[in-house]
Amino acid sequence: MTVNNPKPPRLAEKFLSWYCKPNLLEDLQGDLNEYFNRNVKTKGARQAKLIYIIDVLKFMRLYTIRKPEFVNTLINWIMLGSYVKTSGRNIMRNKLFSFINIAGLSVSLLVGMLLIGLLNDIHSYDQFHEKKNYIYRVISNYQYLDQVDEQWYASSAPKAGQLIKESVPGVQDAALFHSWANNDLKTGDKVIPLQGHWANEALFNVFTFPLVQGNATTALKEPFSLVLTEDAAIKVFGTTDAINKTITMGEHEYTITGVAKNLPEFSHIKFEMLVSLSTRPVTEKEQYEKYELSWDNMWQGYTYLLLAPDTDLTTLQQNLDNLAVEQNKTIKNAKITLTLQPLNDIALSPQMNNSFGTTMNIKDVWIAGVLAIIVIISACFNYTNLSIARALKRAREIGVRKSIGATKRQVFSQFMVESVLIALAGLVIASVLFVLIKPFFLSIDSSVQSMIKLNLSLVSVLYFIALTLATGLLAGFLPAVFFTRIEAIKVLRSGMDLKLFKNLNMRKVLIVSQFTVSLAFIAATVIGYKQYKHFVSFDLGFATDNIINVKLQGNKPELIRKEFESIPEIEMISQSKVTAGIGYYYGGSMKYKNPLDSSHINHNTIDANYIPLHRHKLIAGKNFNPAKRDEPSSKTIGEAIVSENILDHFKIGDENRESAIGEIILLNRKEYAIVGVIENYHYGRADGDKNKVVLMHSETSASNLNLKINSTDWLATMNKIEAAWKKVDQVHPVEALFYTDQLKDNFNGLLAMLKVIGFIAFLAISIASLGLLGMVVFTTETRLKEISIRKVMGANTLQLTYLISKSFLVLLAIATAIALPATYYFFTEKFLVTMKNHLPVSVTDLVIGAMAMAVLALVMISTQTLKAARKNPAEVLKSE
Amino acid sequence: MKGTNLGEFEELVLLTIAALVNDAYSVAICDELEKNTGRAAKLGVVHAVLNRLEEKGLVKSKLGEATNTRGGKRKRYYAVTNAGKAALLKVKEVRDNLWSMIPGMTLKNI
Repeated sequence: MTVNNPKPPRLAEKFLSWYCKPNLLEDLQGDLNEYFNRNVKTKGARQAKLIYIIDVLKFMRLYTIRKPEFVNTLINWIMLGSYVKTSGRNIMRNKLFSFINIAGLSVSLLVGMLLIGLLNDIHSYDQFHEKKNYIYRVISNYQYLDQVDEQWYASSAPKAGQLIKESVPGVQDAALFHSWANNDLKTGDKVIPLQGHWANEALFNVFTFPLVQGNATTALKEPFSLVLTEDAAIKVFGTTDAINKTITMGEHEYTITGVAKNLPEFSHIKFEMLVSLSTRPVTEKEQYEKYELSWDNMWQGYTYLLLAPDTDLTTLQQNLDNLAVEQNKTIKNAKITLTLQPLNDIALSPQMNNSFGTTMNIKDVWIAGVLAIIVIISACFNYTNLSIARALKRAREIGVRKSIGATKRQVFSQFMVESVLIALAGLVIASVLFVLIKPFFLSIDSSVQSMIKLNLSLVSVLYFIALTLATGLLAGFLPAVFFTRIEAIKVLRSGMDLKLFKNLNMRKVLIVSQFTVSLAFIAATVIGYKQYKHFVSFDLGFATDNIINVKLQGNKPELIRKEFESIPEIEMISQSKVTAGIGYYYGGSMKYKNPLDSSHINHNTIDANYIPLHRHKLIAGKNFNPAKRDEPSSKTIGEAIVSENILDHFKIGDENRESAIGEIILLNRKEYAIVGVIENYHYGRADGDKNKVVLMHSETSASNLNLKINSTDWLATMNKIEAAWKKVDQVHPVEALFYTDQLKDNFNGLLAMLKVIGFIAFLAISIASLGLLGMVVFTTETRLKEISIRKVMGANTLQLTYLISKSFLVLLAIATAIALPATYYFFTEKFLVTMKNHLPVSVTDLVIGAMAMAVLALVMISTQTLKAARKNPAEVLKSE
Repeated sequence: MKGTNLGEFEELVLLTIAALVNDAYSVAICDELEKNTGRAAKLGVVHAVLNRLEEKGLVKSKLGEATNTRGGKRKRYYAVTNAGKAALLKVKEVRDNLWSMIPGMTLKNI
């Protein structure tokens, strides 16, 4: 035989001997070998190997497979009792270590449970629709000139929906929504505000929203039809028997054509009422004809398609692309593309503009998932670390077990059972914590609260148990492997010459990684909080202090204003369409002399008090004239005040800003004369650029009142405002908010993220500290004799403390050296680049976090080492 | 005992074992079958059949001596038992009977 004689693949051989009955094995192996040798000669080594593998798989038949051996299983079951008993004793004997392990695991399980609850809720969304697997939402992408926008819009043009239903094969039906039909319903002298949407009659065909009363196919067909949910019907009529009753909404009378069952909790589409879409061509005639049916009106419509079961999505997408190419010819300057999003993906979808209903950003859930896994792994590290550290004490037990016949597998399963037991104990504590912490978790952010409930279900409980088992197995794996390798003879001959500390390096790595993660979390929380503080008190370019904004909610401004003027604390009142700085935008296209240069700008409509009240700096020209109360008609030229960057962008006037006064601009096809120029300011958000803004004048129409308050007793003032509001509007509760609070709410997303990271940071630190404490206690215990001898020889307490702490301090230093630069890099290069105007990351912030952590660790190390160093050597040494 | 009937392939395998006398082990049976029937006999299939025949008590087997052609693994030699011989004879009898019932000319000019 030559050396390079090909051998059958080893893995396949092993597999064969694993599954095959022992009495058949030898013969089979021989046969396969014989064939293999033959194939090597005729077909070559590679093919022979392949055939060998295939044959091994083919031989897996009922008669060749080894049956599980009953006796072994029985023994394992009996031994299980013994394992539970020894594990229980061990847990009781080492109370500190057991506490550290159980506490760490229960905290990490808690995090896992929250994540599971979250995912479970999200996956329950929209599952009640019978045709859920065939429902797709049309989403759109809008590209203005060549400004590519990566983000998709959840909305789509009503025209697109109609065209798709008419012309694209495979589409059975299309449910169309027009969002925000919120309005007041009047019946008799009752006025009830309800929220809902306009929708077409296909809605009840596509979705499963069962009607208690009314005909689902026709309920939303005729104009002025209204469908209420049961709850809404009770609110309005006091009964669910509401069909064919009439009601007034706005200036029109509507008939109730259906009463729908209350919506399931987990529906991303939410409404109290639905108005037939066919109403809009009648009530909004002018707007509807001019604008709503155009291809680029994709801002308020939502389209859900019902596809035939066997529709090919690639051809459908091609059809959509063709349709878009065809239709893009009807609009100027923009390009719209369409694609489909399955209904099942909507509750957890990527960030989208104009999102509809309750949805959650998939990126946030990923971040939460990664954080949860980090915490769980960190707790498992503790378990691994402490178990191996304590190996010395258990090694003899294993030695005895092995010498009376325990197999490797049995030792392995013993330690797995033990770690699973500890994890189960952790689960009990975690369940209590889960119930306690649930309300706090839900109140992190209003969007979380409206989205998830975290109620327990059978499925989630099963997942909890699975998580616990997985965590237990993960935590116990390394110690179990370690203990199976122990050699009985060596341990029993002399426990002390064991080379148990071979794994010292691994344990050091575990400690360092735990502390690196904890430090990074702390630093991230500190930096994030600084940024949050910075943004909520950011100088937007105008004054926001002592201002209360009141939403008019459809009331006439002058009526409310009249009531407010009698309140002495209100110094000044102005009115506006948009509240600046909180992320709301009104956009339009503007032209100057060059008819081809049309640019997107933001605009607001304000009265003459607005600019002085908000202390905007007027650079040139003058403020609006409050005496001009008439709305500019389409024939006259309106007045506009513009921000400086408008002048720069359109090159209006020269260096001297005064030269721009009197120039005529075209905004949304209407002419305006510039009467004033103000300094640039943040119209949108503090973390964006200073927008190009055109301010228009109106003393009569507005959506917000801005009240400048001079008061020491804010509560009393608020009450007065509420009372004044009540005199005019008894239906809607007053919505009066401090401007500064609105600006803060604007960054609630960031705050929610900080809360989550802060919470996780706290848990990670707790776990890491517990682990460190365990290691320090263990080290001091094992080195007690050495310390005592050193003391006898003349070492003082300080020297001894330093001696023991030294190795831990080095580990902490390494963790700091890794964590801080990494965090710094992450913030400066990745996270903050998407936020404009952010505060530079200061090194002191990073160091503060590290210092806090170092102090905590030092306290733990020094208390334990001091305790050991202070011990009376006589006490320790006399027992030998 | 269930299924003492012989299937077609089982019969072929049993006959081959009988024909190979002292050299009847799996690979040899495969080769012989291929040679005589002209169709590919897969090892897995033959193995399953051998196992089934042994369960039915029609063949018995014992392990032979180790050789180094098979990676040191011993061969399992099969031999037809008395029950096996009886089964074969019975099948042959049935066929002979049926043949004898066919009038001489019907099958001659194919």
